[in-house]
Amino acid sequence: MTEKRTPNLLVEPNKFCPGCGHGIINRVLAEVLEESGLADYAVGSLAVGCSCLMMDTFGTDWVQAPHGRAAAVAVGLKRMRPDCCIFTYQGDGDSMAIGFSETLYAAIRNENITAILVNNGIFGMTGGQMAPTSLPGQRTTTSPKGRDAGTTGQPLNMVDQMKHLPIGYLARGSVASAKDINKLKKYIKAAIETQMNGGGYSMVEVLSFCPTNWKMSMEKSVAHVQNTVKNIFPVGEFVKNGERTDA
Amino acid sequence: MTQNHELCKGCGYCILQCPKDALSLSSTVNRKGYNVVDLDQEKCILCAICYTVCPDSVFERVEA
Repeated sequence: MTEKRTPNLLVEPNKFCPGCGHGIINRVLAEVLEESGLADYAVGSLAVGCSCLMMDTFGTDWVQAPHGRAAAVAVGLKRMRPDCCIFTYQGDGDSMAIGFSETLYAAIRNENITAILVNNGIFGMTGGQMAPTSLPGQRTTTSPKGRDAGTTGQPLNMVDQMKHLPIGYLARGSVASAKDINKLKKYIKAAIETQMNGGGYSMVEVLSFCPTNWKMSMEKSVAHVQNTVKNIFPVGEFVKNGERTDA
Repeated sequence: MTQNHELCKGCGYCILQCPKDALSLSSTVNRKGYNVVDLDQEKCILCAICYTVCPDSVFERVEA
């Protein structure tokens, strides 16, 4: 029986709401960095939003990027320090709304960085406004009658934007069950390995929940991700070692 | 499994995922003001699924 201890990279208790998916993703990322022996060589490019609460609680070096520009900052870091493990940690509002261009162009140029995009379908820190990834019919503070796909378009699927590009690794995981979390750990590990082997751009999108702004109980939030969100955003590995897997 | 009640925020994700129903929300309140989760050591099989799903690092599996 192996020991399961909290990673040393989590230097303080996190500051997220009860039931937030960020806490789980933080721990998985910390485990991967420690198991890969990269804890001292990892530099994160931090987005704006709930993710910037990690600045004090997650023990790697951080650069606070301007809103949406985490991918661009990470590219600069990687070009200056190619020996370091450079990753971005962004929410969907940061990476897919204001930062859509930077996120996508880093992939188009096949920059050798790892992007972790946390997709919870809503703007969390600012109080639950509609995000590009909000589902059709989803009620948010800026779409009180439900998102109207006719005027605001369909949810943005970042994996579909990227899977045709010549990149190194692309996957989408979720935190909606213990099994999913174990798979997510494999995805993040593969993404970090791709970067350290010089395999080009790697991205892992994570379907997370926001019980606070969804105004749902934990039970309902988990069921919502499992039964509704996963149908619109399928999970799996889409690009592996530069080859499409057609998942 | 060991528990650090002071980190718990009472979200109940572990209660949903525990295969043996060894976890339940108690009436005990920690210093943050959250109701904490109670672990029934009798039912626990040390699978550490609670460690996997907990967002707040409440659980740890240590060598007995």
